[in-house]
Order: sequence, then structure tokens, then C-alpha cells
Amino acid sequence: MSLVQDSGPRRPFILRHPSVLLFLGALAAFTIVVTILSEAAGLGLVSTSFVKTLGKTLCLCLVAVAMDVLWGYCGILSLGHMAFFGIGGYAIGMWLMYARTEAIVADNLAAAPIPPTPQEISDAIGSQIFGVVGSSEFPLIWSFADSLFLQLLAVIVVPGLLALVFGWLAFRGRVTGVYLSILTQAMTLALALYLFQNDSGLRGNNGLSGLQNIPGWEDWPQSVVSLVFFWASALALALGYVLCAWIVSGKLGSVIRGIRDDEARVRFLGYHVESYKLFIFVLTAVIAGIAGALYYPQAGIINPAEIAPIASIYLAVWVAIGGRGRLYGAVIGAAFVSLLSSWFTGGGAPPINLGFYTIQWTDWWLVLLGLSFVLVTLFAPKGLGGLVDLWTERRRTADRVGDYGPDKGAWRREEGEE
Amino acid sequence: MIRAFLLALFLLVSAPIGAQAQQSDLQSILQDYQEIVASPSRRTVGPMLEALAASGLPGTLGFLEAFQNRDVWVRGADGLFFYVIERDDDQFTLLDIATGEEVGTADKSEIEQIRPNGGVRREIGSALVQFQLSDPDIERRQAAVDAIARDLSADQIGPLSGAIDNEADPDLKARKEMLLGMLIAGFGDVPEERITAIETLADRSSVEARAVLNQILRSSSEVAADLPEGENIAGERIVGVDLSREEAYLELVDAGLAPQRISADALRAALVENLADGAVGGVPVDELGDPARRVDAYQALAEAGQVAPFVTEDEITAALAAHTFYDVYAEADASVTRAAEEALAAIETRVAMGQAVDLGLDALSLASIYFLAAIGLAVTFGVMGVINMAHGEFIMMGAYTGYVVQLVIPDYTLSLVVALPLAFAVTFAAGVAMERLVIRWLYHRPLETLLATFGISIALQQLAKNIFGTQARPLTSPGWLDGARVVNDVVQISYIRIAIFVLALMFLVLILFILNRTRLGLEVRAVTQNPGMAASMGINPDRINMLTFGLGSGVAGIAGVAIGLYAKVTSEMGSDYIVQSFMTVVVGGVGNVWGTLAGAALIGSFQKGIEWLNPSNTLAAQTYMIIIIIIFIQFRPRGIIALKGRAAGG
Repeated sequence: MSLVQDSGPRRPFILRHPSVLLFLGALAAFTIVVTILSEAAGLGLVSTSFVKTLGKTLCLCLVAVAMDVLWGYCGILSLGHMAFFGIGGYAIGMWLMYARTEAIVADNLAAAPIPPTPQEISDAIGSQIFGVVGSSEFPLIWSFADSLFLQLLAVIVVPGLLALVFGWLAFRGRVTGVYLSILTQAMTLALALYLFQNDSGLRGNNGLSGLQNIPGWEDWPQSVVSLVFFWASALALALGYVLCAWIVSGKLGSVIRGIRDDEARVRFLGYHVESYKLFIFVLTAVIAGIAGALYYPQAGIINPAEIAPIASIYLAVWVAIGGRGRLYGAVIGAAFVSLLSSWFTGGGAPPINLGFYTIQWTDWWLVLLGLSFVLVTLFAPKGLGGLVDLWTERRRTADRVGDYGPDKGAWRREEGEE
Repeated sequence: MIRAFLLALFLLVSAPIGAQAQQSDLQSILQDYQEIVASPSRRTVGPMLEALAASGLPGTLGFLEAFQNRDVWVRGADGLFFYVIERDDDQFTLLDIATGEEVGTADKSEIEQIRPNGGVRREIGSALVQFQLSDPDIERRQAAVDAIARDLSADQIGPLSGAIDNEADPDLKARKEMLLGMLIAGFGDVPEERITAIETLADRSSVEARAVLNQILRSSSEVAADLPEGENIAGERIVGVDLSREEAYLELVDAGLAPQRISADALRAALVENLADGAVGGVPVDELGDPARRVDAYQALAEAGQVAPFVTEDEITAALAAHTFYDVYAEADASVTRAAEEALAAIETRVAMGQAVDLGLDALSLASIYFLAAIGLAVTFGVMGVINMAHGEFIMMGAYTGYVVQLVIPDYTLSLVVALPLAFAVTFAAGVAMERLVIRWLYHRPLETLLATFGISIALQQLAKNIFGTQARPLTSPGWLDGARVVNDVVQISYIRIAIFVLALMFLVLILFILNRTRLGLEVRAVTQNPGMAASMGINPDRINMLTFGLGSGVAGIAGVAIGLYAKVTSEMGSDYIVQSFMTVVVGGVGNVWGTLAGAALIGSFQKGIEWLNPSNTLAAQTYMIIIIIIFIQFRPRGIIALKGRAAGG
């Protein structure tokens, strides 16, 4: 926690941070339990659709971990990270849709008396995909849609590049705090509005669909496919978690926490603050892109509404409720809130009859979420992760005692400890 | 012909009494032309109509209408004309054509219906137009003029020019003169007259005038080996610039100057048809996936004469090079078309200027809407530094307050008068409650304020959805706000937008007054700059913060009523404005109401400008707008009007 390095020989990373090992163990146990209970393994206690929900939740946990590094450790509240998540989804969705349509078209054209020309195949795929927006031409951004490798590369490169350009502009202009939050929100709004147009080349508000059908895996039942993606999501979460934990625990982590607590002071110490912030911003954007690329094949459909500003704000809500400044807090928050949300909105919660009025949770869940969010912000700034502190009784003494003085801004130092 | 009509009309107006004295009645005039009336033909009917027009008798109009509708009958015995009423017993009651009185009965065999043919009826029709144009009833004259304006044609010149001098109403007279000018410009016989008329048209910018000029400049696309002599050519079209290669070749094919191109589909169909023993034209089927091999196979078929010859790209290029594409005017006289082109260019310049003014007005009204939405935020965010993500929901609350008031008070004007202060009261209370319960505990933690107020925002939005439903609710503006102020054909602005502009101005003045000229404003500024110092001067910072926040929220409520009048009231209307509002405040410069005004003006005019460049796509306009704002903040991170010195704080 402190900026001072431990003296003596460095213990291994895992030993210094037992929470990482605990988390990985819990995740592995969870994955194994779900696999045994799933339909593919034969027991069938967990339905295929619920395996998908759990897999999607793991992806959301991954993007929440990235958000926690950015916000909880570096102090940058980005209200646009779900845009990178969506871009990752679009990038993989383009290949999924193209490859699957190509297979269907090839089947159709094989029945014709003479073999098709490349142009005919391309036209047929184009009219299949873009017929819904009244076009059959392939837009320029679909140039690489036939190559899985290039589209996978795009999952990483496009969010990274966008984050690089945007972050460079923003950090260079010394845009900080709420201004940066609003600016990132504007960025995701601009992207969503752009994608809503029919001539954006990504099928407007129809989005990309049929993504749950993986080309080449046609023979596998959905129960197996969903399990494979569940494993992949768990693996990605594990890797992402370890990477983030490693970053925030090292010297880099100390610097970015310093930036969160007092940016000017870190700058005066000689660190190039902008580069650190830009690195974290781009890295978390790339992680968000990968999470999105795993999420949308399980969701089956992606459309511009997914990257509307509200989605990114929910991301911040998860991290805040889970407790920012601790990576497992972000995971707990994302899993807890998103599962609870789907339970409430899916009609799982029983309506409460007050006699004069019946509370239907599909209508009142958002009110409850909004208000509980206010309560968490006001009374439990450590979030759900704060409960862990009670359990471990890891009561740290405050770094100073007595009155904090008139400016309560100094309290910020209390937040975000590990 | 024209002159005769003019003369006739002159007589009709100047000396109706004298005319009546000369000719005893309608019947006797008609008897003078008995043969013509009884069996009218297009060539002979003219003098009769002129004589009727010259007579100026009161029944003439009725007679012409009846004549046109085949309601005039002639009695075989004496050749007199009557209107008839058919009775049950094959008998007809005869009515006098001048007075309409019953004058006797006749058997069906005694009388005969007069059936003027189409040509004659058209002649009668134009004579009728002339009567209508000079009708004493102004509404009928108006209707006749409108009828002409709807469908300009050459034969209207005569009646119209005859009906101008005696027009009493100055407006209608001007309109008639304008119409006559258009008719002459479009259909006149003498080129010089037409050119003069066209030059007069250049001073007008009405849609009608433009239609006439476009009519004169009507052209058709032609293609030939060389530019023809003696035709009024509008201009040459260059392949690749004015029209694409494909379009050009299609024109050649349509003109019969080149053979039909074999499309990919036709080629494929021909190959499939001639498929035999796994090969076509010597090319095996397996190789037909290659476009070049397909062409080979097709050419082999063509050489064998089985299909139409293939047109290669080289042949297309040669055919295009050998021909000239051009537009030719339907109007043969080059001097007329040149005058029309010049007139049209002059009009279009003026229309473009009008559109620029119109665009400016649009931008102004959009800016005032943004300003209204953002002014409350300029107080809470700009002056106090509190991020209130629920600001949009305060706008929504104001709009719903207006809607509820309208449910209770049906009179729209009165309900508006009640709704404005009530909306202020409701949102002021909501703002004060929110400040006391939430925001007070989060000062100095701006990111958490943002999140907490966002929580309130989604709760309020969902609450509104639960109460009012998801469908849009109307907030109807009073009748006196309907319609638009029309400056001319191009420039117009609706009253509701003017009202919003005035409201925005009022708010600007009000907020500036409160902040700069009142005790409250002084204390607000003191508390925002240095709460500790202000407190030691005897100001209660908690109370001031509460009131300031309430003020900002209340203003948002009033803005909600105004925006509700202009757009639909939904539970999501607040979130439509929240990002734009923050942008407005940030771009303008935080902490300064003038800055908000500048920000709103900049964003409003930018957005309208982008929409003008790409009118079909308002979504794209918003996208580019936001990108421009992001770049703008690079260059002026503190906004257009940045605070200087200690007030800028940090």
C-alpha cells in the first residue's frame, strides 16, 4: 500500500497478495461446479440459458475489473468504457455474421448448375447481411470480415486505438475529474448515435444478430457451445484479474494510486502523469474489448443501444456497489448487481401486495436500484467489498488522527485501500 | 383576339347601362347568332362569345355555365333558347334564359338539347374565366386567379390581361399582374415581351416564379454523334463527370446507338441454357467460377451464333468516345432561355440568402432551447460546482407538471400561466430536498456526487414511467402560439420558437440579475468562492447552497414546461438533454452565465450548420457535433469565457 518498497528479498507475487489466489480458487471451483451441473455434462441442473447468463456475467466481471483499475486505482471515472466493450462485440460479431452467412450462401449456390464467381458470392452475402438496411454493398469496414485472425486483432486494436486517440487528446488537454467523465460519456453517445444510422455500415439499429451460431461448430449442441464460452470467459476473467492485480501491486500501481490521490504532487515528483493515465486508459479499453468479444457470442445479438451512455454508467454502478479500489470488489459488484437485475427484471422476484397497490418488480426494480445506489454512495463508500474488511478485521489505523481540517477532500485518502 | 377581348371588357365595365340600352336582352343577342349557338363549333363560336361579353347582361354568366354544361335547349319552331325542367309526362317546362321564369311547356319532340363538343366547351371555359376574373364577388375572383395559378397555360393570357385594369382590390390586382407576367414569360408570342417579363420575374422569389422559369428551362437529355446545329443546347454532359459510364452507355443503348450490354446475370443465364455434357463453349463447368473463363465460354457461344455478341469494355469505351452527350432546351429561342437562366440565377442567389437567414433563425431557436435546458445547470454545476445528473429529470418533472396542470385546467393559456410557477415550485422543492438529503454529504467528492445523482436520475425516470406510462404525453400550446411568422416564401419562424427565445432571454436577464444584483447572489458568489470565509462573515453556507441548488432546479422545471410545448413529454426527455446541457456549460465556460449563453449559441449554430451540410441525417449531425466539442475542449479547456484570477479556483 505504501509508496515505500519493502526491504529484503521480494516474496512471490501470489504470496504477497493472497486475495488473488483466493479469487482464482473460488473462480475455478465455481467453474467446475457449473460444468458438472450443466446440461452438457448430463446432470442438467443448470439450464443452457443459465450457463449463458453466468458466462455473460463473467465477462461483465472482467470489464468491471478493468473499470476498477481505471477508476478505483487511477481515479479516472470513465463513463464510456462500455463503448470499448461494444466495439469488441462488433468486431467479433462481424466475423461471426460474415462467416455464417458465407456458409449458408455457399450451400445455396452449390445447388446452382455452374459454380459461382467470387463476385456472385460476395453479392449474395452482402444482400443477406445488408438487405435489412436496404443495401447489398459491403462497406469499407467489412474489408477484413472474412478473416477471423484480423477480426480478433480488431477486438484488441480498435478499442485500443480509439482509447489512445481519445485519451491522448483528453489527458494532453489536462481534462480531469468530472469533465473527463462527461467527455467520455459524450464519446460513447457519439459512437452510439453514429452506429444507429443505417449507413454506418453496421446495420444501423438492427445491429448484428445470430452471433450465437458459431461457424464451424454447427454440429455441436448449444449446451456444449455455451459451456465452451463459459470456460473461455472464466479463463479470460482469471487472466485479466491476475494481470490487473499484478499491475496495481507493483511500482506502476503505486504511481497510479498516487495520481488518484494527488495528481499534481506526482507530476512534481517527476513522473509523466499523462503517459501513466494513457497506459491505464488504453489497457482497460483493450480488456473491455476482449470482454465484449466474449460476451456477445453468448448474448447472440448486439445493437447500438448496448453502447448507449447508460450502459457505461451501470458499469460504474457495479464497481461502486462492489467497492472500488479492490479488484474482487468489482467482481462481486458486477456479479451481484447484474444477476440481481436479471432476477428482478426477468420476473423472478414475487410481486409485493400492499393492499392498495401491488409492487411489480419489473416496474420498480430500477427505482430500487437507483435509491440503493444513492444509499451505498452515502453510507457505504466501500461497497460490498467493505464487508470483507469486517470479516478479516483488517482494521488499518488511519494515516493521521484527529480533525481533518475544514476541507473534507482530504478524506479521499481513506478510500481505495487494498 | 386579345384586343377584341380587351375592348369587350372595357365596354363591359365602362358602360354596362349603355350596353343594356343598345341590346334589349340576352335572347335577342343569341338570336343574332342563332345558327352558331344551335350547332356550335370551335371555329365559329368566338364572335358569339365576344358579343355576349360585350353585352354585359346580368344573365350572361349563368347562360355560359349552362351552355357549357349542356343545359341549354332550342325550340325547333322558332329557334329560341330555353332552360328546361323535365317533368314526368315527357313534357318539359321551358324557362326564360335571362330571367329564369316559366314561359311555357313543350313536348319532347318540339325541343332539342344543344351539345357543344369538347373544343367548344374549352372556348366557353376561357370566356367563363374572364367573367369570373371580373366577377363582383372578390372571393370568386380570388378563386379564378388561384385556378389559373394552379395550372398555367397559354390560353389564359387573354382573359387575364383583360381583367387587370378593372380590378379594384390592390392586392388581387398585384397578384393578377404577377400571374400575367408569368404567363407572358412562359407562353408569350413575342420574344422581347417574354424577356422583359422574365426580367421582371427575377425580382420575385416565389415558388411560382421559380416554377415558371424552370418550365422555360425544361430540357431533355440527348445523345448524338456530334452536337447538332440549330438547336438550343443547354450544355454538354461529360462522361465520368456529369454522368457515370454505365448511365452513359445505357443512354446509348436506349437511343439505339449501341448494342445491349450483356449483364452478369444474362451471361450466367445464357451459359446455364447452353450447358451441355459438363461444358459450355468448350469450357468445363468446373472452371466457370472464374469470371474470365465465363466470358471465354460466352464468346465461344457468340461466335457460334447461339447468343447475342458480347460487348467488351473496349467497345464500350469506343462507343462512348464516338458520341456526344448533351442537354437541349425544349424552348427554341436561345435569348429567352438565356434570360431565364440569368433570372433563375438571380432568384437562387436571393433564395440562398433567405435560406441563410432561415438557418440563422433555426440555429437561434435551437440555441435558445439548449440555453433553457442548460441555464439551471449553469447555476448548479457552473456556479456551485455540483454535478447533477438528475438535472434532466428536473426538466422532465417540470414538463409533467405542465401536463398535469393541463388535465385540471382545460384552458391552455390559463394552464400555462399556472404551470410555469408551479413547475418552478415543484422542482425547487425537489432540488432543495435532494441537496439536503444527498448532495450536502458529498461536497468535495464530485465523482460520487455524479454517481449518487445518477442513481436519483434512474429512480426518478422509472418513477415517472410507472406513474405516467411509457407513451408520450401531449403538452398543448395555447392557440396564440400556433402558426408561424412568415417573412417570405423562404424565411419563416413558428411563434412557439419565438416564445422559447423570449423565455430564454428572460431567464438570462433574471439569472444575471439574481447573481449580480441581489443579496442572495452576492452570498452565493461568496460561498462558492470561499465557504469558510463566507461563513465567518456571517453567511450560512448550508442555507445558501440549498437555495442556490433549489434555484437551479426550479429554473430547470420552467425550462421543462417550455421544452414540453415544443417536444413531446416522455419519461426519457431529460436524458435527451443532459449530455448536451453539460456540453453547453463546459464549452461556454464553467462559472459564468454568459459563458452558457455563448456555449448554447455555439453548439446550436454548429449543429444547424452540420445539419445543413448533411440534411438527411440528424444522427450524424449529433455525432459530428460531439466530436467537434471534444476537439474544441482541447483548445479551450476552460470554455469560451474562462474565469480568470482567484475565481477560477481549482
